[in-house]
Amino acid sequence: MNLSLRIIALVCAACALPALAAPMGSDDARHLLGRAGIGARPADVARFAALSRDAAVEQLLADTAGEGAAPLSPELVEYTPPSRLRAMSDDERREHQKRSAIALRAWWVGNMLAAATPAEQLREHMTLFWHNHFVSSMEKVKSAKLMADQNRLLRRHALGRFGELLHAVGRDPAMVVYLDSATSRKGSPNENFAREVMELFTLGEGNYGEQDVKEAARAFTGWSIEPEIGEFRWRPFIHDGGAKTVLGVGGNLDGDAVLDILLAQPQTAELLVRKLWREFVSPTPDEREVRRIAALYRDSGYDTRVALRALFSSRPFWADGNRLALVKSPVDWVLGTLNSLDIEAPDAPALAFALRQLGQDLFAPPNVKGWPGGEAWINSSTLLARKQMAERMLRRESRAGLREALLDPAYQLK
Amino acid sequence: MKRRDFLACLGGGGLLALAPGLAAAAGAAPYQRLLVLVELKGGNDGLNTVVPYADPEYYALRPRIGIKREDVLPISERLGFHPALQALMPVWQAGELAVVQGVGYPNPNLSHFRSIEIWDTASGSDQYLQQGWLARSFLRRPPPAAYAADAVVVGSQDMGPLAGGGRVVALTNPEQFARLATLAQGGGTARGGPLAHILQVEADIRQAAAKINTRGQSFRFATEFPQGGFGATVRTACQVLGSGADVAVLRLTLSGFDTHQNQPGAHANLLRQLAEGLAALRSALVELQAWDRTLVLTYAEFGRRPKENQSNGTDHGTANVHFALGGAVRGGFYGETPNLARLDGNGNLAFGIDYRSLYATALERWWGLESREALGGRFPSLGFVV
Repeated sequence: MNLSLRIIALVCAACALPALAAPMGSDDARHLLGRAGIGARPADVARFAALSRDAAVEQLLADTAGEGAAPLSPELVEYTPPSRLRAMSDDERREHQKRSAIALRAWWVGNMLAAATPAEQLREHMTLFWHNHFVSSMEKVKSAKLMADQNRLLRRHALGRFGELLHAVGRDPAMVVYLDSATSRKGSPNENFAREVMELFTLGEGNYGEQDVKEAARAFTGWSIEPEIGEFRWRPFIHDGGAKTVLGVGGNLDGDAVLDILLAQPQTAELLVRKLWREFVSPTPDEREVRRIAALYRDSGYDTRVALRALFSSRPFWADGNRLALVKSPVDWVLGTLNSLDIEAPDAPALAFALRQLGQDLFAPPNVKGWPGGEAWINSSTLLARKQMAERMLRRESRAGLREALLDPAYQLK
Repeated sequence: MKRRDFLACLGGGGLLALAPGLAAAAGAAPYQRLLVLVELKGGNDGLNTVVPYADPEYYALRPRIGIKREDVLPISERLGFHPALQALMPVWQAGELAVVQGVGYPNPNLSHFRSIEIWDTASGSDQYLQQGWLARSFLRRPPPAAYAADAVVVGSQDMGPLAGGGRVVALTNPEQFARLATLAQGGGTARGGPLAHILQVEADIRQAAAKINTRGQSFRFATEFPQGGFGATVRTACQVLGSGADVAVLRLTLSGFDTHQNQPGAHANLLRQLAEGLAALRSALVELQAWDRTLVLTYAEFGRRPKENQSNGTDHGTANVHFALGGAVRGGFYGETPNLARLDGNGNLAFGIDYRSLYATALERWWGLESREALGGRFPSLGFVV
């Protein structure tokens, strides 16, 4: 390197270093926290404003202890087998289902509100992201215990390794019920899980053929549950152990082998990064950035922190044009507003009901594709419901400028 | 002559010149005629609505909850209305009520959630679409901009077939809607993106609130609207029209049809509400001179299983009977009466008419629109609209 180049390099390093380490200020802090967490608490904004962007991202991605979940209430600990449900009178059964459904939603909303640090909020946000990725619904599963167990699985892996999560989800009792693995057997495989695992969980449409679905469905036979206790059961007698070929890989494949084949495809990391992009950055993924970050993600063994660090550090994440580019989800709106304004929260069942009115009934996404999100959150009915909630909050809060802020059309954005 | 009628004449002539094939179907330009969808939420029991009272198989399947032969209101030698549908008899006798039998779809899904989603989005059983079938039609060919809204939803917060496109407002309580609408801001522009969408929805709300003035110079109906929830829904819908507001679609919901237990009393009550509500709708629209340009269609996620269950009720089924009503409707029977002796492996009825044929009839014959794009395929339309 000649002298002039070396000088230029030194000068640049000198300008760049302080810039990188400089406090990012409260606008950036609010942007980062509002996107990564659930609203941005004033105290966190003040603390993060003094950090550089890089330091802030590292704090956000710091380890969080445990699952971040309150102990389960009795309704969510005890599994009620179908035989006992059948034995109940109609009124008893209705009452039982209603009580456990409310307890389930209140438990999660409580966990979201209890998330004390930005890192814990991010874990809640990612748990919700995975709930909308690996969709299961109370509408079909009909067991609050199994839904709570699935949620705990999602939160354990929320910022962990996607591959481990995928393998665990395939055996998760709620998923086994939701996508009909429980009714699949050698000779009459049910293709539901095999199809959705390729279309929605990993590769995305167009990256596999019908034959791949059929063969994979055979591989997944034997993944079942014990309905009386609600636990996963491997049933070798109904597993199809014959030769299969999925995406060109042949052998006596079982379910785990198929999942590993799917994880090895570059399209899987790209699908996930595109989805994370729409969740955290903007509605229109930048394909070059997607490929770059997807390669990092796959090379790291699907370490979700690696993907998030790359997204939060990317230029598009901070770009002016991408500020206020995402529509707040109902969780962002309801719980995020409570956090951002430091308003004392109403009780959790009431909040879960409010989320449902705004179109996000936790544990009951509309179908296996999940909530479509984005602009679809807003129609005349949900928008007026947001306005009505704003009005209710304004009855209790009379801070200057709050009315204008909450009723501004841009308040629906983050 | 009202501006609308004048335009309708012009529109009819225009269509005649442009598309002779459609001209017979379209007496007016698209969306000049009103479509009223009535959702029977929960899955109405079609077999106890239009009762095959001459079929011994029916009484074998339903020894306890079957409607007794002497109680039905006969409409043919084999079929009769549930006695609670008394208020629909004059409509039937006037030849303005079509009974469409055996409506369903291949590989039926028995979950409320999923099956109504299939109906709302006009998708196949294994297809997941986001947009409602009417929303797709509105996006492809929007109703006139001067309308108060493309559609008004009454009695439900859920947009159903109207989700994801068009100017749609939900209006359960007109006074509350008017009050909340003042919280929506009218103006403002954005260069695309989500803010543009939000501003558009706010503007739609403002426009609807400005034009649907149910307190102001609203029409004074002589019609008496029935007591109860559905009567109120029908009254609200009629007030929208009576305020002079134009809309292409009204969607009304009557809930409670998921009659797994103790069906007879609950179902009779629901059918009475339905019949009296629809009779009031007809009477009010006759007053507004709008009945001849109104098509009412019922729909539901599924019918119910022919064999009664252990709880004096019925479980989720498949094919179902639906009604089409209107001053221009050609009354009578459409489709085959389902064969109770030939049920599928789950004990459910086979369908004869794809539900999308109901929609094709509305789009093509009622509005003179092409239906293939909105419905994702070609489905034969039915003869109840001439």
